[in-house]
Amino acid sequence: MGKTLMKGTEAIAEAAVQAGCKYFYGYPITPQNEIPEYMSKRLFEVGGVYLQAESEVAASNMILGGGATGERVMTSSSSPGISLMSETLSYIAGQEVPVVVVNVVRAGPGLGGILPSQSDYNQATCGIGHGDFNLIVLAPGSLQETVNMVQKAFDLAQIYRMPVMVLCDGVIGQIMEAVDIPEGHGKNLSNPEKWACGYMRERGGKRNIIRSLFLDPDELEEHNRKLEAKWHEIEKNETSCEKYLTDDAKVVISAFGTVGRIARSAIDSLRSEGYKVGLIRPLLVSPFPYDDFESLVPSCKHILDVEMNWGQMLKDVNRGVKYRIPVSFYGRSGGMCPGVEEIEGECRKIFAELS
Amino acid sequence: MAEKIVYQRPKSWIDGVHTHYCPGCTHGIIHRMLCEILDELDIQDITTGVAPVGCAALMYGYIDTDFIEAPHGRAPAVATGFKRIRPDRLIFTYQGDGDLASIGMAEIVHAANRSENITVIFVNNAIYGMTGGQMAPTTLIGQKTTTTQSGRDPLRAGYPIRMSEMLASLASPCYIERVSAAKPAHLNGLKKAIKKAFKNQMDNKGFSFVEILSTCPTNWGMRPTDACDWLVDNMIPYYPLGVFKDFE
Repeated sequence: MGKTLMKGTEAIAEAAVQAGCKYFYGYPITPQNEIPEYMSKRLFEVGGVYLQAESEVAASNMILGGGATGERVMTSSSSPGISLMSETLSYIAGQEVPVVVVNVVRAGPGLGGILPSQSDYNQATCGIGHGDFNLIVLAPGSLQETVNMVQKAFDLAQIYRMPVMVLCDGVIGQIMEAVDIPEGHGKNLSNPEKWACGYMRERGGKRNIIRSLFLDPDELEEHNRKLEAKWHEIEKNETSCEKYLTDDAKVVISAFGTVGRIARSAIDSLRSEGYKVGLIRPLLVSPFPYDDFESLVPSCKHILDVEMNWGQMLKDVNRGVKYRIPVSFYGRSGGMCPGVEEIEGECRKIFAELS
Repeated sequence: MAEKIVYQRPKSWIDGVHTHYCPGCTHGIIHRMLCEILDELDIQDITTGVAPVGCAALMYGYIDTDFIEAPHGRAPAVATGFKRIRPDRLIFTYQGDGDLASIGMAEIVHAANRSENITVIFVNNAIYGMTGGQMAPTTLIGQKTTTTQSGRDPLRAGYPIRMSEMLASLASPCYIERVSAAKPAHLNGLKKAIKKAFKNQMDNKGFSFVEILSTCPTNWGMRPTDACDWLVDNMIPYYPLGVFKDFE
């Protein structure tokens, strides 16, 4: 559609529509309300369904039922709402239903605040609901990347038949930028007649059951093995990472989402002063690009992990570099963003210690 | 002389399976009625069931239609999500009193209030069956359960909820009826009500709700026949049978 100046939340919604998503179930929560508002108008234009659920619990169950048709469905929410959806996300993963969840993270815990935060990294990557399963989690750092990732999320959800989350923060939701939203991205990749409900007649009387209940432990273990094998396939195929000026970097900043973008500005400024500093930024935080982090080991002397939380990604960074590089941390919380100068200051301190 | 079939297993009942339900449990009768209706309306292969959490969680093992399993209490939301996308297909939920009237209260009220074009079968046996006989929102005053061992005391546990009456107070739902599965004389009415709830959906009339008073001999601690009598003597006076709403 050409470059258009859009607000993040609206760009997310339009990207989904252009990705063939005609069905949206959601519940209002700040700072993502423009997504349901946009959808409530836009989806009628494309002959789809917008429905305001009575709660996030209901919304997540509506995407379970909607996803069971094999069509492209989504919901969006923010941290406390995602907590309410987490039970259903466990069911959706167990039942292998493709859905897309956009999470515009706000600061917690509890009601917290409505300003940007990355405090739900752990929830998204390793704690969303009960049981032994994983979510694919994409973490965009700009609006264009958000648009592309939202569209990719629908593909991934259908290819692997599982819930996929786009993990944004309030900055992504509220910023305005010029974006180019690719059109005609809406091919259904899930082959619904094979597994979805509503095709029994077309299948000549053969039905489908979408379930996660397996009372026989042999059967449940086999089901879980299948999910685990699928996850290994995803790790192999979908892991993705951006590296910026890391080849000669002595200090590498690790960051995801919006913070990666702030760190880039700090890096450009430090480079102009001669500091050899670079950036590593997972584009997917689940599965995590451990190998890309390990590849930093020979040349990099120190990693500075910067996040808008108290260091939730640190365990993955350390696991990636196998504890062979010292890793330090700088973070802000409660809705505060780390500034370019704060990050520069942290880097200067590290360089002073290295020399 | 040609044989005339007067009674046979419904086509929608899966061949050769036996249910896990306790002896005397009325789920079996209700399942059979459901299958007969799927056959008679010729809708078996365009119908999706939403299985609850509770004794009927495994109902897809007996009834041969598409099924989606719902988290506890959320069947109406799951059915809503499906039906809005596939209005050309039929969907029903089958829920117990713990599922529908306790944990799933919000979902059933709002699905009814939006008059979602779905069929809800609500099996009310006044107790939690699957978990072993705890108090349900529909447990009668004085009724003994494993969590109300000297009988339900309204001062501590409130009064039993009459779901049909409560939902009938909403403006939107199309059809609400309470029937019973306890006595042979009740069964024609039971079947008629479920059939109507499906026909309404086929005619796009909106939310149809059938509450079925049922027994739980195991957790009530009664013989099946005594349980049927107990239902008639105790449940029907508090939960009167009848039509509470019908938009013809």
